[in-house]
Amino acid sequence: MSASDSSSSLPVTLDSINPKVIKCEYAVRGEIVNIAQKLQEDLKTNKDSYPFDEIIYCNIGNPQSLGQQPITFFREVLALCSHTALLDESATHGLFSSDSIERAWKILDQIPGKATGAYSHSQGIKGLRDAIAAGIEARDGFPADPNDIFMTDGASPGVHMMMQLLITSEKDGILCPIPQYPLYSASIALHGGTLVPYYLDEASGWGLEISELKKQLEDARSKGITVRALAVINPGNPTGQVLAEENQRDIVNFCKQEGLVLLADEVYQENVYVPDKKFHSFKKVARSMGYGEKDLALVSFQSVSKGYYGECGKRGGYMEVTGFTSDVREQIYKMASVNLCSNISGQILASLIMSPPKPGDDSYESYIAEKDGILSSLARRAKTLEEALNKLEGVTCNRAEGAMYLFPCLHLPQKAIAAAEAEKTAPDNFYCKRLLKATGIVVVPGSGFRQVPGTWHFRCTILPQEDKIPAIVDRLTAFHESFMEEFRD
Amino acid sequence: MSLKALDYESLNENVKNCQYAVRGELYLRASELQKEGKKIIFTNVGNPHALGQKPLTFPRQVVALCQAPFLLDDPNIGMIFPADAIARAKHYLSLTSGGLGAYSDSRGIPGVRKEVAEFIERRDGYPSDPELIFLTDGASKGVMQILNCVIRGQKDGILVPVPQYPLYSATISLLGGTLVPYYLEESENWGLDVNNLRQSVAQARSQGITVRAMVIINPGNPTGQCLSESNLREILRFCCDERLVLLGDEVYQQNIYQDERPFISSKKVLMDMGAPFSKEVQLISFHTVSKGYWGECGQRGGYFEMTNIPPRTVEEIYKVASIALSPNVSAQIFMGLMVSPPKPGDISYDQFIRESKGILESLRRRARMMTDGFNSCKNVVCNFTEGAMYSFPQIKLPSKAIQAAKQAGKVPDVFYCLKLLEATGISTVPGSGFGQKEGVFHLRTTILPAEEEMPEIMDSFKKFNDEFMSQYGDNFVYSRM
Repeated sequence: MSASDSSSSLPVTLDSINPKVIKCEYAVRGEIVNIAQKLQEDLKTNKDSYPFDEIIYCNIGNPQSLGQQPITFFREVLALCSHTALLDESATHGLFSSDSIERAWKILDQIPGKATGAYSHSQGIKGLRDAIAAGIEARDGFPADPNDIFMTDGASPGVHMMMQLLITSEKDGILCPIPQYPLYSASIALHGGTLVPYYLDEASGWGLEISELKKQLEDARSKGITVRALAVINPGNPTGQVLAEENQRDIVNFCKQEGLVLLADEVYQENVYVPDKKFHSFKKVARSMGYGEKDLALVSFQSVSKGYYGECGKRGGYMEVTGFTSDVREQIYKMASVNLCSNISGQILASLIMSPPKPGDDSYESYIAEKDGILSSLARRAKTLEEALNKLEGVTCNRAEGAMYLFPCLHLPQKAIAAAEAEKTAPDNFYCKRLLKATGIVVVPGSGFRQVPGTWHFRCTILPQEDKIPAIVDRLTAFHESFMEEFRD
Repeated sequence: MSLKALDYESLNENVKNCQYAVRGELYLRASELQKEGKKIIFTNVGNPHALGQKPLTFPRQVVALCQAPFLLDDPNIGMIFPADAIARAKHYLSLTSGGLGAYSDSRGIPGVRKEVAEFIERRDGYPSDPELIFLTDGASKGVMQILNCVIRGQKDGILVPVPQYPLYSATISLLGGTLVPYYLEESENWGLDVNNLRQSVAQARSQGITVRAMVIINPGNPTGQCLSESNLREILRFCCDERLVLLGDEVYQQNIYQDERPFISSKKVLMDMGAPFSKEVQLISFHTVSKGYWGECGQRGGYFEMTNIPPRTVEEIYKVASIALSPNVSAQIFMGLMVSPPKPGDISYDQFIRESKGILESLRRRARMMTDGFNSCKNVVCNFTEGAMYSFPQIKLPSKAIQAAKQAGKVPDVFYCLKLLEATGISTVPGSGFGQKEGVFHLRTTILPAEEEMPEIMDSFKKFNDEFMSQYGDNFVYSRM
């Protein structure tokens, strides 16, 4: 550690860096994960000191790090676009499906000079945006304009751009669901704005009540906050609920009436596990209500990281921006242009997920088998883990209708809460640390996502491979029993 | 009801104020003309592959294999890919925790960061700590992350060279800080005079600005100059005295076109200076896969290395990086390959060297061709492009032209560049996009158009310039003296 006194006059010490940086937090990769990483290192040499053989990371929606395989067709196309000389080799036809070769050619023809190593248009390659727009139209039944698409390195940079645009000072507020994916709270903090919370109702399956939105909006305004936008995550993270269409219509009307931008985080649109719910994009809902460009400002986010493709490391995504004037669009373009463009490989993948193989295509059968395999497995894992959690003493867990997470509620005994306080840590954090040290399972305490004060949760992904789930359930159950033994009132 | 959230009037002022000319007015006009069918030569951005430079074969082979690992199981794979590419793909895949499709550590794959550290150590002769190296989605993202930490508000100033690459001015603007310019001396080959620095700092302080950091771009963009060792020592000493963190943008370190001033990293000079400097001066160095002879702009791969940054600050920077989850994994592999390229004896070595040399030697020739070409034009004076990828000629605009520009509602160099674009299809960036002394005008072009096309491009420019100078000339010819 460098001498703290002499370095305090240096520009980049903790005391003197941007306080907004200090203030922002991101629990998904926070304290618990740091502890887990240290344990993992130690396990290499000290296996016997631990009651488990391995760390199982259930903290982050990172499917391929836990064994999920990429979709073959997508990777074939990406490989061919990575090294275009492959397309000239006759041996290639033996190694790649014919439609992946065809698609690679089609994509390369849309790239000036077939140069996949060149910066593209700052919104992303036009031909790829055309494919995405067509995909949106096929999904929704309403047209999409490629000029409304801004491709980004994952969906997160798009969220940052919108926060940058909307927030000038702490007087600017953004309505965010509680619990929320902490990208929103962190981004708002980084840009110096104010998070205006609206509470999802755990008792009704994490329902979103318009009356709650209204209440929070008015409360914020009475404090002098100008509320700019409403962020909705659908399907929800960490909560997993899929909004009912009627609910979505109410939300659209609310935004329209109050002049709010609707920020629709729809990255889990392909992750719906229950037969009684369906994903409807907010764009589709708004358009089916007869609302057009003049009625509602809507930004819809999509990503290659989730769904059945789970391509987190590729950093591909886009936002579809509708309902605002061209001078505002120019500002968004300008912001995008400072970073020149998003990575080309990610752009290609984003276009592929929005225009996958169709019936009759060479790869269709294997593609569908892979896709269905992954989605049905996710649904099974969601159910299995949810049931297991609900069996635990003092634990209730809403079903995961979608997304990739379970967010059980811990009704912790008073003794446990006191023990946590003695360790100067939040009770759910206390529980999660104990869980980690006893089982090697890494989850994220509910406080990282915010929750109704006095309630405790943790978020666990449904992503470990299916054959690992029974062992995880066993270990979790055993830990919980001994925890309750220790702390039962 | 009052303004809606996304009405233009209610947007964040910082966004409205920021400018990024590289993809600004000229580029948008050029794109319009291209749509109308005009042939455009885009020399507005350092984007080598867009102008015909071919990607190096070996890295593309490795990354293709990483994209589709099922290929590695195919018995015939050895017929299409050389053994060393196959081995390298397996190596990088083993360093990931789930291949290209999994988020890596937010700082980048540890194994790749180790390779970067080894590269830095070989280059400079001093050890480098992988824990202090963060991979980013392009160097620009790294610059933005660091400036975000340094700028607390409007009273925080960042010393930036003029002319500069407008990422700096745009980012400072977006973050609500203050840009403190220090002027490079055109008549001294864009040299850096420490007295200019002192003056700039004093002036800023007198206005209540706390100067916190200094940016150097070495080799320079748009100016191309390579800083001498003594210059770097002066700068480091200055940063030490003034308690500034030095941000060393070294993305063009492999683009050197003269032999008098090879590239020396700021880190090496700092370490050479020994204590107290080597332990005191806070330095952040940036590099990328977008430039050099790789030119892999579209991959978005970069890194920054931190020197003498306190551990708790490093933690905060890590925290901010973690919100973006991880840099894209393909680009991390490109970075690994860039810092540990094929070695003598490797199957792909000869081809790799041939391709690399070919590109670098051609760039050197084109740097010369362009400089000489501009200098042969009336009222144009151009410093030699010692490094980087750009030519930044000074256009001595006659007063009639300046008047005409005013009447057209355009900044004079924008006016000139628009006319150049309309007449020849050459899309450049006006000097005002980079900053210049009052009343002095430039344009920036890249040296990237294909060598075979250079003579025609320079002829085309000369013809246009002759006509422009005739049309607006006051009949007094400025010669290059």
